[in-house]
Amino acid sequence: MATSVTTRASGARSAPDAPVTARRSWFRSSAPTLTFLGRRLLSSAVVLLGATFIVYMLLAYALDPLEDLRTSTAPNKEALIEARVRALDLNTPPVLRYFKWLGGLFTGDLGTSWVSGASVTSLLGSAIPSTVQLVAASTLLAIGLGVLVGIVSALRQYTRFDYSVTFLSFVLYSLPSFWVAVLLKLWGAIGFNDFLADPHVPPLWIAIISVVSAVLWSSIIGGSTRTRWISAAAGLVGTAAVLLFISSTGWLLNPSLGLVGVLAIGVGIAFGVVALTAGLQNRRALYASLTTVAIGAALYYPLQYAFVGATTWLIVGLGVASVVIGLVVGRLFGGYDRAVSMRAAAITALGVGLLIYVDRVMAVWYAYSNASQINGRPIATIGSQTPGLSGDYWVETLDRFTHLLLPTIALILISFASYTRYSRASLLEVMNQDYIRTARAKGLSERVVTTRHAFRNALIPLATIVPLDIAALFGGAIITERIFAWSGMGALFIKSLGAKDADPVMGYFLVTGALLVLANIVVDFVYAALDPRIRVNS
Amino acid sequence: MSIQPPLEPHEGIVDPAENVENAIELKEVEGLSQGRIVLRRFVRHRGAMISAVVLTAVVLLVTTSIGWGPIPGWWQYGYKELNPIVNAGGAPTMGFDGGFTVGSHPFGQDNVGHDGFALVMRGTQQSLTVMVVIGLLSTTIGVVVGALAGFFRGRLDDLLMRFTDMIITIPVIMIGAILGVLVGGANPWSLAVALSLVSWTNMARLVRGQFLTLREREFVDAARVAGASSARIMFKHILPNAVGVIIVNATLLMASAILLETALSYLGFGISSPEVSLGQLINEYQTAFATRPWLFWWPGLFIVTIALCVNFIGDGLRDAFDPRQRRIPTRRALAKADARKARARAKATASA
Repeated sequence: MATSVTTRASGARSAPDAPVTARRSWFRSSAPTLTFLGRRLLSSAVVLLGATFIVYMLLAYALDPLEDLRTSTAPNKEALIEARVRALDLNTPPVLRYFKWLGGLFTGDLGTSWVSGASVTSLLGSAIPSTVQLVAASTLLAIGLGVLVGIVSALRQYTRFDYSVTFLSFVLYSLPSFWVAVLLKLWGAIGFNDFLADPHVPPLWIAIISVVSAVLWSSIIGGSTRTRWISAAAGLVGTAAVLLFISSTGWLLNPSLGLVGVLAIGVGIAFGVVALTAGLQNRRALYASLTTVAIGAALYYPLQYAFVGATTWLIVGLGVASVVIGLVVGRLFGGYDRAVSMRAAAITALGVGLLIYVDRVMAVWYAYSNASQINGRPIATIGSQTPGLSGDYWVETLDRFTHLLLPTIALILISFASYTRYSRASLLEVMNQDYIRTARAKGLSERVVTTRHAFRNALIPLATIVPLDIAALFGGAIITERIFAWSGMGALFIKSLGAKDADPVMGYFLVTGALLVLANIVVDFVYAALDPRIRVNS
Repeated sequence: MSIQPPLEPHEGIVDPAENVENAIELKEVEGLSQGRIVLRRFVRHRGAMISAVVLTAVVLLVTTSIGWGPIPGWWQYGYKELNPIVNAGGAPTMGFDGGFTVGSHPFGQDNVGHDGFALVMRGTQQSLTVMVVIGLLSTTIGVVVGALAGFFRGRLDDLLMRFTDMIITIPVIMIGAILGVLVGGANPWSLAVALSLVSWTNMARLVRGQFLTLREREFVDAARVAGASSARIMFKHILPNAVGVIIVNATLLMASAILLETALSYLGFGISSPEVSLGQLINEYQTAFATRPWLFWWPGLFIVTIALCVNFIGDGLRDAFDPRQRRIPTRRALAKADARKARARAKATASA
């Protein structure tokens, strides 16, 4: 290993020292990488085979498919046992049965579930999309939120906010997921639905929530004592005003943003995005972003007509269009660093588009929650859709959303803590490095140092865990799926294991195991591509 | 896998401020043994100390209240007894009724009259048993596997690490559930042993990394020249140097072990009725949640308390064992120190 040639995993070519044809030089520079990939794939395949063997053996000895027949009182008990033994090939030793299963694998046959008679391929085919739908959103949100909180916590190291986040993440680590999920069902769904019957927030609660938000904002924004008091006051007044408005108008029963809401929040987004990506002193970026907000507001009414016969593709198309509009506006404002304006305007445009979308979904809320199948209790606790509810695209979207809400919160609560800890540690390490001091010394603003120099490099270690988490995503959330009666991969596993049905369990493991092994290879290459100090050894 | 060996001086340029701080730190620990230093740092970690006290209290409560093996209990009800229902619906008797009262059933009763307190105590006993057994057993397995692989390297290392990879590929909760079905739910000991057989993998990897670094150090050569056998070098010379990493990870392993056991018992693949564990209690009473929430609250609170305490203790141990760890004073403390210094300087100039 020590004497082998090293190369960049990204395939960056070393300058060919002799005049050779392009094809050969490409081969020479990427051959070690290819060899590495080949060896890695091979060893992973061996590991996966070994793991399937272990699981198969354990299943063969753990599960007794004849259990129900042994205690049955049927007159033809013997014949039934005989038939099942023949059907499941139980007289063959498990080791031989494993090789038969493996042989079937190569012909694309994953076996059948003897309980239901369905083929494992079809079971997986219906379970995977449902599980991805459940877990994808929560994984992305957990990564986003976790990184955000971790970074703020690192930037405010050794403050009360930092200590609170650390404590909170320890609590979240220690929470049993089944307990959280059942609590969420009670408070999140039943409690909130009861609250919706009479959505008035008592004044005491308004006061408590406002004070909490004041403390939170002042500790997040930090700075001098004066800034802290200003942000605390702003947080207090803002939260109290929003809560009073919601409480007094019954907004929760028939929510909408309206043109004014879209415009106000849009301007807020524009300022926030520009402050983070370009700095507010960059006037071009600010004007470009504000222009996209104006365009979005101008398109608000025309879009309502386009939304009537909406489909998923129309929405995706509109999302892409909003990004394009943002890019064009940013480019038209021009200036010496167009890219910055374009980026800020595009992000703002996407945000405004999202606002208009959310506003449209809110528009069906009243009709949805008063439908006979819903009966004023919109937050669902089980399943993935309301049975017997039919409606247009918007109603279906809202229905899916209300069903996804609680499991998503449960999953975020569980996985959020590790991302927070990880990104906090990684940013702290980066912030103590010499090039950060250099960047500060040459006069860059703290914003540029944090977002351009520190943040990007702090994300590199995260790139090594995210692929693994995405692979684990397909395994589903065994406990969450069970509590919320979601028929995904986790439910398939639990049901098959409970029914002594080995083949679907093997199918489940094959999918999760293979993805995990692949993700490990991806991690090696991503890491080498992002960090030039790491090289892939053949 | 190149973890910095402990107590190796940091290389590269050190800024003077850091030097000063190190000097302060060194002065503080001068003449103390490694164990003393670690203990001192641990005791200073407030969260870890509070957790240690709370955990000790929980263990004492659990062992003495309903009795455990030879230890007699002082609580009047057993966990299997059916008692007449005191409050309507079996509601807890503990509460503020013109002053704090405990009553005969502080954690309430279920619909047939089991005492909630006795059930939770019994469940905690079982869950703690599983946690400790998994912690000790899988640490032992992991240390042995990692030590062999890291010390002998070569083919043995390849073999052991490929095997470790195989086990890691299988999701823990999945193989845990299969093993739970295999051993049956009657006995916490067999469940704990089975789960230890799959949860040693991380420990093995970490210990291997430690051994790979430590085996190249001079003291290992010295021992070999003096004629020590491989086993002696591994367990007498190298292992004590890796003990920090091992203890910290054993603690964190225990925290995840109790969550794994309760999750499996909740799913019905761990400890099952008539035996009692915290997860099994939650599973059994979750349907009665709307009518008898206390049956659900208490087992959950005990799980959270134990897991949180063990996690905090692990964090405190990590800080205590980390040689690069310095106590960072709060901003207020720094300002105070500065003010003190300024005052002293002012006094010095005044007297001069």
